[in-house]
Amino acid sequence: MGNFLTTIGLEIHVEMKTNSKLLSPSPVNFGDSPNANTNVIDWGYPGVLPRVNKGAIEFGMKAALALNAEITRDIRWDRKNYIYPDNPKSYQTTQQATPLGQHGYVEFEMEDGTTKRVGIRELHVEEDAGKNTHGGDGYSYVDLNRQGTPLLEIVTEPDIESPEVASAFLEKLRQIIQFTGISDVKMQEGSLRVDANISLRPAGSDEFGTRVEMKNLNSFSYLRTALAYEQKRQSQEIIAGNQIQQQTRRYDEPTKSTILMRTKEQADDYRYFPEPDLPPMHIDQTWVDEVAATLPESADSRLKRYVGEFELGAKEAGVLVQTLEMANFYDATVAAGADAKKAANYLIGDVNSYLNDTQKDLQDTLLTPENLAGMINLIEDGTISSKQAKKVFEAITEGKEPKAYVEENGLVQESRVEVLQPVIASIVDANEQSVADFKAGKDRAVGFLVGQIMKQTHGNANPNVVNQILLDELNSR
Amino acid sequence: MDNFLNLDIKTVHESLVNGQTTVVELTQKALEFIHSRDEELNAFISIDDEGALKRAEELDAAGIQEDNLLYGIPMAHKDNIVTKGLKTTSASHILENFVPVYNATVVEKLNEAGVVVIGKTNLDEFAMGGSTETSFFGQTKNAWDATKVPGGSSGGSAASVASGEVLFALGSDTGGSIRQPAAYNGIVGLKPTYGRVSRWGLMAFSSSLDQIGPLTRTVRDNALVLNAIAGYDDHDATSSQKEVPDFTAKLGQDIKGLRVAVPKEYFSEGVNEEVAEAVRAGITKLEELGAIVDEVSIPHTKYGIAAYYILASSEASSNLQRYDGVRYGLSERSGDTLEDMYVNTKTEGFGPEVKRRIMLGTFALSAGFYDAYFKKAAQVRTKLIQDFENIFKDHDVIVGPTAPTVAFGLGEEDDDPKTMYMNDMLTIPVNLVGLPGLSINAGFNSENMPIGMQIIGNKFDEQTVYQVAYAFERATKLYEKIPGGDK
Repeated sequence: MGNFLTTIGLEIHVEMKTNSKLLSPSPVNFGDSPNANTNVIDWGYPGVLPRVNKGAIEFGMKAALALNAEITRDIRWDRKNYIYPDNPKSYQTTQQATPLGQHGYVEFEMEDGTTKRVGIRELHVEEDAGKNTHGGDGYSYVDLNRQGTPLLEIVTEPDIESPEVASAFLEKLRQIIQFTGISDVKMQEGSLRVDANISLRPAGSDEFGTRVEMKNLNSFSYLRTALAYEQKRQSQEIIAGNQIQQQTRRYDEPTKSTILMRTKEQADDYRYFPEPDLPPMHIDQTWVDEVAATLPESADSRLKRYVGEFELGAKEAGVLVQTLEMANFYDATVAAGADAKKAANYLIGDVNSYLNDTQKDLQDTLLTPENLAGMINLIEDGTISSKQAKKVFEAITEGKEPKAYVEENGLVQESRVEVLQPVIASIVDANEQSVADFKAGKDRAVGFLVGQIMKQTHGNANPNVVNQILLDELNSR
Repeated sequence: MDNFLNLDIKTVHESLVNGQTTVVELTQKALEFIHSRDEELNAFISIDDEGALKRAEELDAAGIQEDNLLYGIPMAHKDNIVTKGLKTTSASHILENFVPVYNATVVEKLNEAGVVVIGKTNLDEFAMGGSTETSFFGQTKNAWDATKVPGGSSGGSAASVASGEVLFALGSDTGGSIRQPAAYNGIVGLKPTYGRVSRWGLMAFSSSLDQIGPLTRTVRDNALVLNAIAGYDDHDATSSQKEVPDFTAKLGQDIKGLRVAVPKEYFSEGVNEEVAEAVRAGITKLEELGAIVDEVSIPHTKYGIAAYYILASSEASSNLQRYDGVRYGLSERSGDTLEDMYVNTKTEGFGPEVKRRIMLGTFALSAGFYDAYFKKAAQVRTKLIQDFENIFKDHDVIVGPTAPTVAFGLGEEDDDPKTMYMNDMLTIPVNLVGLPGLSINAGFNSENMPIGMQIIGNKFDEQTVYQVAYAFERATKLYEKIPGGDK
């Protein structure tokens, strides 16, 4: 950005998929009818009291461990006071004074191969708010299903120097969190939300410029566009000799610009104080160890293992660790006895195209690692041809067991010489021209003849066996 | 029997067991008496004739439980304790017609024990006050003198028990709200150790100080009720997992050799002469019974009130924000905007004392003031905790007056919230520290108004508090004197 250095920090909210809410036994579930998943606690009824879901603390601990953060051993809860209809108690229960994790970091690689490191200042557990909708009938509606869903707020150090690095960092963070299994981290569903703050300063200056906060950057592209816009806006302001005002802005997609929401003077005073309804908690080493033992293997570690042990290419391995589901599916397929390379090829190829075509997530399909491994093994041992495998693949997407399917549909590959020999001989007999071409050194003739043979055998002939017999046959003429 | 004056739970239980009376008869008589007595007294916000009689019939039909002393006993809940299907108002306009959909844990526990809930008693709005004068539902009178306040905030509960309307009532105590009205009405009131009784279903005033407790005519009755309501509750993370002993177990044990601490600050110049005299006489009585009395000092007592009004108001300012007109209670929707609804609902719904404390608490928590107010107050609290820990190292109980004066006249302290706040001087430290404290009648002043003596115990040692109170009660038999003359 010309003669300016950019400083960016991110504040990320992750919705955690615990079974129940942070402070009430209501279920956490996306997409149920309004207020179905609520009780008196979520309504903020007079006389109700909160009760901490230890599972949410453990999820937070998993994230802290995955982000290389120190776990705060004595935590307490604080109230953040503000009044809004989606906030029924009129305060949010959070960890202002004692964030669960501190001093972490994330390391990642940029596309040009350079390595970046972004510090995690803190991460803490808090409650999500409900949802207000404004009806066409002049009324506003409040849905408290989301109220009390445990959120993880992750705050970075101001270590990010460009919109591109911000985006790459967020990708890496999303992957890390996803591989802990605590969240779906989907921006489009709101289980991953990001706010950013950005400031500019002249190159060579040690002092940070005035920062501007940006809210609700709902996709990776919004994040990049908004930050780039803000870089440009701020540099123009500074060049024009204007002071940057401390303010909160929001990204406006139609105009691809940022719009002022409020100035510093309009900022809320949240009147934080210790939550008296919840006693402080101590986290001992035993508890940390127990949680650490349940932490799934990270994406980085799996990638290393796939390249090292399974001898996959870095690019292929990278595709497999794009989502936790894919990586888990892959590991399970290999564990079920499939060849590691073949399993990788199928997942990256057929399975991914199937997911793209059907617009499904892997976990929402009927595919199982056992069935995929079964199919790969049937190809390996020559029971079916790769052509037959297409049909079998279709069958396993419908949840069918491959071996049973192959038997029921007579898809067994024909490898017996005594069966294939007469068929091949008769086809060679019927195609004298091809024999002549072969003798004249035209290899294409072989392909043509194989095609004829496969047609005759309804694709059930073992191509390797066919090739061998055919070449013998041709050479003997 | 026209009322429960001069009766206790055990006596009434025996008449149920031997068939002299039935739960229905008890309930009918209680209701009859309440309807006539309450015209003047106004101890009740809601009287549940229908529900109480239906319940009484069920209990009679199910058969009297011989070893369950609370079975069939008519009682009342302070109207900030939620009762399913029975209006619960906190004496506020903002909840004037609020009917809860669930029961407080104490209500559940007493229902399981088989009590008959007669109704809901009056209080200062949201339990903020010491005279029951801030109630939206009118002033409750003192059971001994209708020109005097009953104290507060559990004024309705205290007056209903002292006047014989019910055998016992539950109250809540944030800074003295059980003990002070018990003192003003000459009965027994206990604020249990913080965490001893579940707060689930108690409309929060100040969460770190609030505690539910019993108001009764006798010490034994008090211990019986605490037996029924105490214990850990999964709904309340601040309730204690500590084992609940039988609180009647030490009743009747002599108090020889028990160490009684008497803080000199509890007899400072703000304490009325007649009150000090009666309580000193009470302490002499304990000495006669074998207790060893020492004068001690609780140096941070003088900071207690300031710390309390900051901490309690801060928590209250947060707790009371939820009454916003969105989901329940009063909703003033004549304005155009959401902001209008909030402002109009609260302006209309809250009384002046509640507004005063919300403003005080909001100020104390504001950016730039937090360190000077809230944080300082929290530090005072820590100092007080240390003061009391030191005393309990070599003492069993602390004894002093419950309140600096006897019940004052209606309307007397209306214009001066500070004087009103000073009434809590001797009760507040107990809440800040989380100790159990009991008020028992120690005699009467020249105008025949009761004087309360406070017995403070170590954390979770209600047993010793009851032991001392019971020894005093048996030695003095002051409970035999009842409002309206000696019987």
